Amino acid sequence: MTTTIEVTKADRVRAAATRIRHHALTMGEVQGQGYIGQALGVADVLAAFYAKGDGELRLRPEEPEWDGRDRFLLSIGHYAIALYAALAEAGTIPLAEIDTYGSDDSRLPMSGMASYTPGMEISGGSLGHGLGVACGMGLGLRHRGNPARVFDLLSDGELDEGSTWEAAMACAHHGLTNVTAIVDVNGLQADGPTPGVLKTEPVTEKWRAFGWHAVRVDGNDVDALLAGLDEIRDRALRDGAGPSVLICDTRTGRGVPFLETREKAHFMPVAEHEWAAAHDALEGVRR
Amino acid sequence: MTAATTKRLTTSAMIASFADPGQRTAPAPFGHALNRLAEQRPEIVGLSADLAKYTDMHIFRDAHPDRFYQMGMAEQAMLGAAAGLAEVGLVPFASTYSVFATRRAYDFLCLDIAEPGLNVNVVGALPGLTTGYGPSHQATEDLAILRACPNLTIVDPCDSVDIEQAVPQLADHAGPTYLRLLRGKVPTVLDEYDYRFELGRAALVRPGKDVLFVSTGLMTMRTLQAAARLETDHVDAAVLHVPTIKPLDTGTIVRELRTDRLVITAENHTVVGGLSEAVAATAAYAGIATRIQPAALPDEFLAAGALPTLHDRYGLSTAALCARVKAAL
Ligand SMILES: Cc1ncc(C[n+]2csc(CCOP(=O)(O)OP(=O)(O)O)c2C)c(N)n1
Ligand SMILES: [Mg+2]
Repeated sequence: MTTTIEVTKADRVRAAATRIRHHALTMGEVQGQGYIGQALGVADVLAAFYAKGDGELRLRPEEPEWDGRDRFLLSIGHYAIALYAALAEAGTIPLAEIDTYGSDDSRLPMSGMASYTPGMEISGGSLGHGLGVACGMGLGLRHRGNPARVFDLLSDGELDEGSTWEAAMACAHHGLTNVTAIVDVNGLQADGPTPGVLKTEPVTEKWRAFGWHAVRVDGNDVDALLAGLDEIRDRALRDGAGPSVLICDTRTGRGVPFLETREKAHFMPVAEHEWAAAHDALEGVRR
Repeated sequence: MTAATTKRLTTSAMIASFADPGQRTAPAPFGHALNRLAEQRPEIVGLSADLAKYTDMHIFRDAHPDRFYQMGMAEQAMLGAAAGLAEVGLVPFASTYSVFATRRAYDFLCLDIAEPGLNVNVVGALPGLTTGYGPSHQATEDLAILRACPNLTIVDPCDSVDIEQAVPQLADHAGPTYLRLLRGKVPTVLDEYDYRFELGRAALVRPGKDVLFVSTGLMTMRTLQAAARLETDHVDAAVLHVPTIKPLDTGTIVRELRTDRLVITAENHTVVGGLSEAVAATAAYAGIATRIQPAALPDEFLAAGALPTLHDRYGLSTAALCARVKAAL
């Protein structure tokens, strides 16, 4: 008797998330620093969008300017290390290129910028810009009859910015069913844990009050992420449903136990010898 | 090749210092100066927009938690609140990065703070090109924006000496101010000269017969280094330090510009709308026809990369200044 082990979409997305984590660690090692805590935390979310063959985005990886593509906006430019890892997974950035990360004249600067990197839709670094641009893209694509969708990845810190809520109101007002926001709620900001910086909760209720369909999931649970995206996609097929937001609770350093338990810091310190150990600590696909 | 075996010049992080290796530095001079001032003046309060730790405001926050207000990453609300605090009798110092104080929150700085002439002290970190993180964080045009704002006093300090001496004077000044903050381990340079920071005054830090550097901010550290190096080539360079950008000490500048020396302005800012244009206008308005050569950032969005590479590329390094002088002489 032979047993066949069924490999599900969720399994493949989990494997992609592990590859994304490896890529991010490789880049972090080049600089000896970086937003690695954030990258490890958001890797499952990005895998759900960029996993080769399984990602939520309609993309032609080798043709990043394809007009029919879904737009994925990185409002959080400092998470660039994570998006580069995802773009390497998708095939938009050659894997061999990732260890130029942050080096002089690299296409992969530490902060995401549209003019440097294929697949990087907007220039970030200053927080609170993404959703306004997403609103315009949503309006413009609808105006042109282009069925592509627009996704904007925000951080919990960006919920502090008035511009985020101005854009949120505009998306709802204009009934932009083609716009989806994703909020990485990692509970962390530059000056420390989010509750001590500025109280943002209740996050779900805020988005609902602004006219959005809000789904909140464990952002490190791939099954939950995929279910949330299914729900939002179904809704996006209905005209006039309005914008949706996927609120993802994530853990910084996720996947590397000794980083998960490290004191939460905006710049998570990683010692030189720890990068290799971090790779080894990741489960699943090896380098 | 693996990442571990390749050592490239990498982007300076937000916490990087532009101090030269081995240079004397002072830790967080702004935070410590604010603490000293706060001990004498109970009306001093601090605010930050999720950047206390990165603007040396954490020194004040930790010493005076009851006088510090964390506003979250909301620069517009922070400057609005700073205006409100000043309206009811407090003297706020509000810190964020220069780009966010100017680009994001300028309307609030202009109308809530500057128009009523309130004693709000806006503190902007990462002025000009002091991070390799790219255009989002490089406040290359903050002086150009703010020089055009009525009522506003603007200070671009050279080092820890300037910062320590400026902080109490900014608080004493009745109107609004903007300080281009140098933070972290800040070089200590000007204590080697017969110099004191005086708000509104330019100071001839070093005399010289052949060349006149007119510099502001951290570029005065570089012009002083360049002057010392040029000495070995028998070039005698003077340095006029202009830490107050507005109001500009036109009297002192005009006096020094009446000269047949080579004049080079030096600033950590775009060539548009900063010190060089201010000095050139001052000269022209005074009928002085001397040629002025600007050492300033180009009118471009700058690259991301390692800070020393970028300072060389864009002409702000000491070596670039020396080359400039030799080519011109
Ligand atoms: C408009 C703006 N203000 C301030 C900053 C500086 N800054 C960079 S990251 C950050 C923290 C914001 O919170 P979040 O994105 O949730 O941080 P993380 O989870 O990455 O620690 C801040 C204040 C910025 N980049 N943009
Ligand atoms: Mg966060």
